[in-house]
Amino acid sequence: MALDTVALATNNPDTPQPFAELGLKSDEYARIKEILGRRPTSSELAMYSVMWSEHCSYKSSKVHLKQFGDKAVKSDALLVGIGENAGVVDVGQGYAVTFKVESHNHPSFIEPYQGAATGVGGIVRDILTMGARPIAVMDPLRFGPADAPDTRRVLPGVIAGVGGYGNCLGLPNIGGEVVFDETYLGNPLVNALCVGVMKHSDIKLAKAAGAGNLVVLYGAKTGGDGIGGVSVLASETFEATGPAKRPAVQVGDPFVEKVLIECSLEIFAEDLVVGIQDLGGAGLSCATSELASGGSGGMKVELDRVPLRDATLSPEEILMSESQERMCAIVEPSKIDRFLEICKKWDVTVTVIGEVTDGDRLEITWHGEIIVDVPPRTVAHEGPVYSRPLAEPAYIARVNAEVINPVIPQTAQEIKDAILMMAATPNLADKSWVTNQYDRYVQGNTVQSQPDDSGMVRIDEKTHLGVAVATDANANWSYLNPYEGAKLALAEASRNIATAGAIPLAVTNCLNFGSPEDPGVMWQFAETVRGLADGCLEMGLPVTGGNVSFYNQTGGVAILPTPVIGVLGVIDDVRTRTPMSFDRAGLELYLIGASDENLSGSEWAYLHGMRGGQAPTADLQREMRLIKLLVKGRTENIFTAAHDLSQGGLTASLTEMVLRYNVGARITLANPGITLLVETPGRVVVAVEASKSAMLKEAAGDIPLTYLGTTGGDSLIINDVEISLTELRTAHTSTFQKLFG
Amino acid sequence: MAIIVVEVMLKPEILDPQGVAVGAALPRLGFTFAKSVRQGKRFEIEVEGTPTAAQMADIEKAAATLLANPVIETYVVKVQA
Repeated sequence: MALDTVALATNNPDTPQPFAELGLKSDEYARIKEILGRRPTSSELAMYSVMWSEHCSYKSSKVHLKQFGDKAVKSDALLVGIGENAGVVDVGQGYAVTFKVESHNHPSFIEPYQGAATGVGGIVRDILTMGARPIAVMDPLRFGPADAPDTRRVLPGVIAGVGGYGNCLGLPNIGGEVVFDETYLGNPLVNALCVGVMKHSDIKLAKAAGAGNLVVLYGAKTGGDGIGGVSVLASETFEATGPAKRPAVQVGDPFVEKVLIECSLEIFAEDLVVGIQDLGGAGLSCATSELASGGSGGMKVELDRVPLRDATLSPEEILMSESQERMCAIVEPSKIDRFLEICKKWDVTVTVIGEVTDGDRLEITWHGEIIVDVPPRTVAHEGPVYSRPLAEPAYIARVNAEVINPVIPQTAQEIKDAILMMAATPNLADKSWVTNQYDRYVQGNTVQSQPDDSGMVRIDEKTHLGVAVATDANANWSYLNPYEGAKLALAEASRNIATAGAIPLAVTNCLNFGSPEDPGVMWQFAETVRGLADGCLEMGLPVTGGNVSFYNQTGGVAILPTPVIGVLGVIDDVRTRTPMSFDRAGLELYLIGASDENLSGSEWAYLHGMRGGQAPTADLQREMRLIKLLVKGRTENIFTAAHDLSQGGLTASLTEMVLRYNVGARITLANPGITLLVETPGRVVVAVEASKSAMLKEAAGDIPLTYLGTTGGDSLIINDVEISLTELRTAHTSTFQKLFG
Repeated sequence: MAIIVVEVMLKPEILDPQGVAVGAALPRLGFTFAKSVRQGKRFEIEVEGTPTAAQMADIEKAAATLLANPVIETYVVKVQA
């Protein structure tokens, strides 16, 4: 294919272009022509097509996401908000923490290992880009039914990919989720979260300021990775001469990323960059246009200088390549020698590919010929925005009207069977088979990880300051009521932070949905965002950023609306945290919070083939009072243990608690069948010394408190039901081994 | 008795970190001949007698399902007498 230059585009305005194959609508293509005053060159078309894609431009979600700004709480803790690579929050003692969760769903379905691995790699670079040292990762995962043949293909690959990449980087994996549901068959959700820490003064932003400053590309060489579907190469002219097929899958190299992290941190420490951006989705198109757009706008890039792994790549491909482990920095000329020296020390390929100019155009040349000349804001930030039609889907009224009344166990034998069944069901079973493949303790700062309520890492070895992170989504509730579902997920993640005694501080999210072109899905999305924004406002928690993943559907069936909410909290001394369980006999157990009898959206209902009814209404004032109590329980040393109740209700929490340190409990319940199975939000089980029960009652105030029983023995006894810990452990821990071992 | 050989290579456009590592190690050891290195794997499968067409079809299937990952790899099946 002949090189398409700006001159050619001006002279041949009517050359047909494959915009539809690149995923652009005809009105979007018309708008590009209007912006440029001519047809785009093939390179410009490539850039616009990837940058205006749903993934990069948030064109369907933008109008809704605006609420996170409009309803934003004034938070002194927020140092960098939405819009940058990741938000940054102040956690005290001069430290700032950045965290973000992103999806890598589609690549992980095609190639589970590499898809999941590069998902981890991408989010780690986002955190690094802020100037932070990545310190931990987490992975909320969702798959089709545990016994489905395709799950046997996807799940082991995804787990191995997450572990393989994260372990090689030396990053502890401190938690996440593994959830199974039919709607994720053919559309697994692989979300990856990373936490990084830095000093306040180290924050870096993606902007290219200062004319004359150099644009530097460093890290791995550029290859034909991840161009696939959105490639101009799909056009016939190129196929005739070029390589047959470019893969949509990228292959990562964690060892290159590890070196890139250390190299970048050394560069940051010497303050050698003005702005920085990682190369993720949309590769160089994204990095150059976002950097230029974040600065004054002018940038000149000589694309032929980009070091290539495959010399046959065309300029369009180089612009769209999603080769992993690459970074783009803006460096002052006086500092470039030192920059190059550090890259050389770490054996990192580095090339000056251009410079910041005082104009307002992004100009890209290929062997001296101008192939791109665009206003960068129109590529990066001023893409199309759609107010897509939305309508409450018909199923809502239908399922909300359903009466959810699965059979409730009555006799001792039925209750015993129910407890064992819940302990063993894939959604509630022990996840060690998964997390044992991840390194949880590398770096030596992990305080909590799976199966604790939240992951917790120490960030200062002298003061023992630490951060806790939890991710949660309850797709069953979001399906019944996306507005409440989002609030409930926020409440649950916050509660999971607070059970250890940490204080929730900031929120990130990964919103996984079906097709935005379906008004019903769009309604679910809009309601979710409204719920999350309202919830964060009410709880005083800033949203620091997030990610939207649309088009998660197989044929006409969308996944359950799955907003994964990540909450980050701070704890001034990790040594004082409240553990999730008790390690000795003679403690008193209490249930904090009131229970109702609504089984809608519960695991018990799901196991009985019921997905209907009314989701609970989130009472965030009550949640905030509970969080306050949980934090007080730690600081005043009232609790010996505290564990959240969520999916699986009391039976799941008691199972996890007694098995954690192999200490049983004797519980008395007035109405055991229903009490064990409901999932009423806002509840926690705590263990206290008998001498502290008065303190607990006083601290609880108006919050309902139910005495459950005492700890001790080698079985879980509930009224006249006795299950030995051995039997319970076998049920809880053999599920994954049997399915995937 | 015959030996069926299945050779698996990453597709040319896919990054091969192992090959890159070997390529970087060669000059460090004084071998300066290599422009680039790509690493693959080779399976030798022993079968009784001369493989039938049906057996070969089965081996092709096994190569596509287990021995190679066709999303990122290519493979060649050969019979060695």
